[in-house]
Amino acid sequence: MNYIKRIQSSRTLYGVLMVVLLWYALHFTVRSAFIPSPHETFVNFVRIFPRTLLLHLLASLGRITAAVAFSVVAGVSAGLLIGMNRKIDRLVSPVIYILYPIPKVAFVPLFMILFGLGNLSKVIMIMSIILFQIIVTSRDAVKELTKELFYSAKSLGMNRPQLYRHLVIPAVLPKIITAVRISVGTSIAVLFYGENFATTYGIGYFITNSWSMVNYTEMFSGILGMSLLGYILFKVIDLIENHLCGWVKA
Amino acid sequence: MIDIRGLSVFYGKEKALDDINLSIEKYSTCAVIGPSGCGKTTLLYVLAGLVTPGSGKVIIDGTEQKGVRQGTAIVFQDYGLLPWKTVWNNVALGLQVRKYSKDFIKQRTHHILGVLGLEHLKDKYPSQLSGGQKQRVAIGRALAMQPDLLLMDEPSSALDAITREHIQDLVLEIYKSFPMTMVLVTHNIEEAVFLGKKIVVMGKACIKHVLDNPYFGDMSLRRKEEFYRACIEVRKWLDGGEER
Repeated sequence: MNYIKRIQSSRTLYGVLMVVLLWYALHFTVRSAFIPSPHETFVNFVRIFPRTLLLHLLASLGRITAAVAFSVVAGVSAGLLIGMNRKIDRLVSPVIYILYPIPKVAFVPLFMILFGLGNLSKVIMIMSIILFQIIVTSRDAVKELTKELFYSAKSLGMNRPQLYRHLVIPAVLPKIITAVRISVGTSIAVLFYGENFATTYGIGYFITNSWSMVNYTEMFSGILGMSLLGYILFKVIDLIENHLCGWVKA
Repeated sequence: MIDIRGLSVFYGKEKALDDINLSIEKYSTCAVIGPSGCGKTTLLYVLAGLVTPGSGKVIIDGTEQKGVRQGTAIVFQDYGLLPWKTVWNNVALGLQVRKYSKDFIKQRTHHILGVLGLEHLKDKYPSQLSGGQKQRVAIGRALAMQPDLLLMDEPSSALDAITREHIQDLVLEIYKSFPMTMVLVTHNIEEAVFLGKKIVVMGKACIKHVLDNPYFGDMSLRRKEEFYRACIEVRKWLDGGEER
């Protein structure tokens, strides 16, 4: 266990080192204010983190968490329902396939008119994108369950709720966690776009604002903060996965 | 114990079972043998209440079979274990589903794991077990529910020759120490002769012949000539059947 942890931590260290090296290389070859040096950025990051950056990051974290949480609850429920019921599948899946590929960011103005300029419209914009990934993933995970496992569960006398508790939900959980991981990545990217409208808080706003004020060091501090936020979110998901799906790695 | 009357099952237009009539005495065993695709697993699933008959009926212990019956337990060919549950939780699952008290479940699961020699594996997941161990857990899961009717689908077909005989010995021991009726489905002639007091030879969707096996119950049967004579008898029915 200790050994694995050490490899893991040194791998992270390796990743950080490589990025910093590349960053220095760019900084010295381009020789422009566009690309501040890593140490300069880091000093700036530490300075502005407690009073400025933290608030922007928390605002973004709140939006991402709300969007992912709502999408998981709604998307998994819908996905399981569609996967378990052939009639519903036939009615709903074609609609999903048509709506899924539409670029939802095109609807940002519409969302702002319908749901206001505040957090709600941003959360809904993220949801409109990641909800589909989660529905389709959980639907397919249910469909992959073999008939034999259903027979096995039914032979023990399971009723419908017990079937979900002991068979369906544990079976789809690892795949849902993968979908959440992808969704978090998508959310961060989408939010960056969404936070350019009608807000003064959020890491997306902070980065774009620093850029328009030609403060590249702050802009890079914001990017650093954003990548740290993503890293922490992925680590949290890993922890949840280890806790809930220990059997996958066993 | 079991009375099967005019049982037919259809999968779409295909007949899986065609007018089956069979009775199995209480506290005896019955081995159903036949080539793959003959409908023997379907027959077992009907007895388990998992497949609904197209026509005819199954009467178990005086009542007509409708859905899953409380006293029936089934051991599946692919073991039917839930991959996300440990050995302990797989064995306890049937009891949990039936809402027994926590103390009872704990005591009963402990007892069953002890009987099957699975104590040291209780925290393992099915993916960490060998085929023979998985089969023991599957048998444990069924036994935990104290069934009066135990159904088994190919109890040893996925196992190597030595493990296969161990599992067959185990099944016979279990039959001798727990009072219950046992029905097993197999395509292995030795298994049918070793574990079946009554041997039902099936052809496509139908019963070709029913043999009584006077040698059933002898733990050292495999070392005796009668065993092989009985095997040859079963083989003849399997190969030809109608012509005789």
